[in-house]
Amino acid sequence: MSTTATVPESAAASLGLSSASLFRFATAGSVDDGKSTLVGRLLHDSKAILSDQLDAVARTSADRGFGGSGAAAPGGTQRIDLALLTDGLRAEREQGITIDVAYRYFATDRRSFILADCPGHVQYTKNTVTGASTADAVVVLIDARKGVLEQTRRHLSVLQLLRVAHVVVAVNKIDLVDFSEDVFRAIEADVQQVGRELGLGRQESSAVGVADLFVIPVSALDGDNVVDRSDRTPWYQGPALLEVLETLPAADELESHLESFRFPVQLVIRPQGALAPDAVAGGLDVENYRDYRAYAGQITEGSVKVGDKVNVLTPGQAPRTTTVTGIDFAGRELTEAVAPRSVALRLADEFDVARGDTIAAAGPAGGKIPESTADLYAALCWLSPKPLREGAKVLVKHGTRTVQALVRNVTGKLDLANFQLEPTTTLELNDIGHAQLRLAAPLPLENYLRHRRTGAFLVIDPQDGNTLAAGLVKDHPGDHEDERYSI
Amino acid sequence: MSTFLTSVAVDPDAAPAPSRDGDAASSIASRSDRPDATPWAASGSTADGRLSSPARLSSLDTLESEAIHIIREVVAEFEKPALLFSGGKDSVVMLHLATKAFWPGKVPFPVLHVDTGHNFPEVIEFRDRTVERLGLRLVVGSVQEFIDSGALAERADGTRNPLQTVPLLDAIQRNKFDAVFGGGRRDEDKARAKERILSLRDEFGQWDPRNQRPELWNLYNGRHTVGQHVRAFPISNWTELDVWRYIERENIELPGLYYAHQREVFARDGMWRAVGEASQPREDEQVITKTVRYRTVGDMSCTGAVESAAATVRDVVIEVAASTITERGATRADDRISEAAMEDRKKDGYF
Repeated sequence: MSTTATVPESAAASLGLSSASLFRFATAGSVDDGKSTLVGRLLHDSKAILSDQLDAVARTSADRGFGGSGAAAPGGTQRIDLALLTDGLRAEREQGITIDVAYRYFATDRRSFILADCPGHVQYTKNTVTGASTADAVVVLIDARKGVLEQTRRHLSVLQLLRVAHVVVAVNKIDLVDFSEDVFRAIEADVQQVGRELGLGRQESSAVGVADLFVIPVSALDGDNVVDRSDRTPWYQGPALLEVLETLPAADELESHLESFRFPVQLVIRPQGALAPDAVAGGLDVENYRDYRAYAGQITEGSVKVGDKVNVLTPGQAPRTTTVTGIDFAGRELTEAVAPRSVALRLADEFDVARGDTIAAAGPAGGKIPESTADLYAALCWLSPKPLREGAKVLVKHGTRTVQALVRNVTGKLDLANFQLEPTTTLELNDIGHAQLRLAAPLPLENYLRHRRTGAFLVIDPQDGNTLAAGLVKDHPGDHEDERYSI
Repeated sequence: MSTFLTSVAVDPDAAPAPSRDGDAASSIASRSDRPDATPWAASGSTADGRLSSPARLSSLDTLESEAIHIIREVVAEFEKPALLFSGGKDSVVMLHLATKAFWPGKVPFPVLHVDTGHNFPEVIEFRDRTVERLGLRLVVGSVQEFIDSGALAERADGTRNPLQTVPLLDAIQRNKFDAVFGGGRRDEDKARAKERILSLRDEFGQWDPRNQRPELWNLYNGRHTVGQHVRAFPISNWTELDVWRYIERENIELPGLYYAHQREVFARDGMWRAVGEASQPREDEQVITKTVRYRTVGDMSCTGAVESAAATVRDVVIEVAASTITERGATRADDRISEAAMEDRKKDGYF
């Protein structure tokens, strides 16, 4: 019979006290490096696994004769296989594979976490790119017995390309090398070496570089250095994995210092008398809102204040400068709003502003105003079984605008193992390459290195509508860019 | 649902004020001795009280803004969206987010309800009152009509939840809806954990987990061909506790059966079932009166109540935070049919 638990006094008391923020991270790893066990361990030790789920997993563990030293089932001595906690769809269990990125949720008293659990072996680039595109941090697993593998280099390369804010390398199965410091230090040195080669951890002003590279010895199976620091690795003085995830600044925090406000307009809110009946019943001054007009969207970067000078960017037109007169959020007038908040902006001038336009900071603080261009130079992560060929017609979705595009040249394919560009004329599934596209209409494109949101786009198949590639805007050739470390 | 009042205020969420966003029950006790501030935290206000550097949004504000962004994208890019509205808490939160997304304008799409014929009367009353208050159009797909016409057969176990798929697809087709908003969350079920925020459905409404589009950044690809439609799940990333904390923060009205009340119930399949027209005890099942509430509100024939004294939204937040059983595990008979019950229903075109 299901009854709800009695609430401990401490839980009730502390419910209103903490001010948790959201942190998104992804996991990446090779086959059999214990990623499922690590994810299961994080969920289990942060008490995100509820008793009915745990019961089901304990039953299955017993059925399969699991004898590992995993966590104990509630009220029992049966050890449970933590990897089963992330067991997915029936199709996956039947075939013993993981099909797709799965999203999981847990919270500590400091943060709420969204974990994108990315399978490693099938289509690893597609899955890693997908998970990393929204992640504040990515945890890469290494098997302590195997060290840095080819696939580790590939994972780290993709993370560097996508400018993931933090990379945490978990050297797992440290218990199987007898908690040896020598083994860990050798792997740590290899990781740092790869990091230096790729430019991971490189700080560059006004660039969204990878800020940190952490290397942690863990045992997902036994829990060493996952949630709590382990006394079996006395030679390791650093934080446990969860401590790192709890305290790293999220990408929004890092980017809020760029002070470059960007706001793609999603739609125009103009009720023209058709006001919401509940708002009117709640005392909305109907006269005041008869001519209401505001531009709805989500702040992708930076912050905006009432009174700020902004530019309205309409592709094909010169930027128009105006002033923000109001920031509305469902009946509340804000004086200031910060990314990633969704708001509606009112402007001083009655310009013709529509979906697809971008409102951006004007003036010295805002830095360079994005210029619209129809020539797109980009890195493409190719995610479709249908290969890319020169001369193909595709759609490009950037911000709130979708335009037709012609693939003029495929200029190279990255060898992820050594990060060198090789000549090619085609890109296939899981390839990352460079291409030049001609757009049917100009877009306010910005370099992905400096603007993660306004530098990202999708390549879409005009026939079946499928997403073909993740695109990262590059500078035009000639604008100086460090080719080796740039995307 | 709260009424919107116009007032001038500094963005309250930019201030590092205490919020309800802590999740005490799932926290790790040994962490509490650590200092609260991180060396990276952007904070600090000047003497006049204005923020010198805007702090991050709280977790709940981030989720709210993400959902509003998705709702606006779908409305901007689709011809004829609709919102699945059952009067259940997730759909009520969805509708609340929609009112915020288009304020001070009306919600620019109709709501769609698949009526199993076994719904709780107070939920139907709540549904109708909400639709009226917001000035919305309500489209109803009726399971009973399909059974009466012989197009659907009653199941032996009397459960009507799986029967909703046919009337749902029929309503989508008849009304030419090309995008349908749902309140599905990824923490509900392992099939949902893998579903995209914009989920493409074929002519038969089927979900193909092996053939999903990668979802990158906050760029949503809703392109579809004739006959296909898209299910949109803007609160995919919310947990049950997030939903309740949001209901509390926004003062959102829910049907009364979400809160503790006295009800005649009988025990079946390890759950308390309400006595009602479509939910009658067998001879060996004893009817007793208990103080209960519902964690999910669906078909009376398969939704169970939990014993609870949580009479207010605050009580429920505390109860959910401390609960040790997932909401579907506790109260949904249909998800106990098999381990892959939700996966199978989704493949058939279910919500």
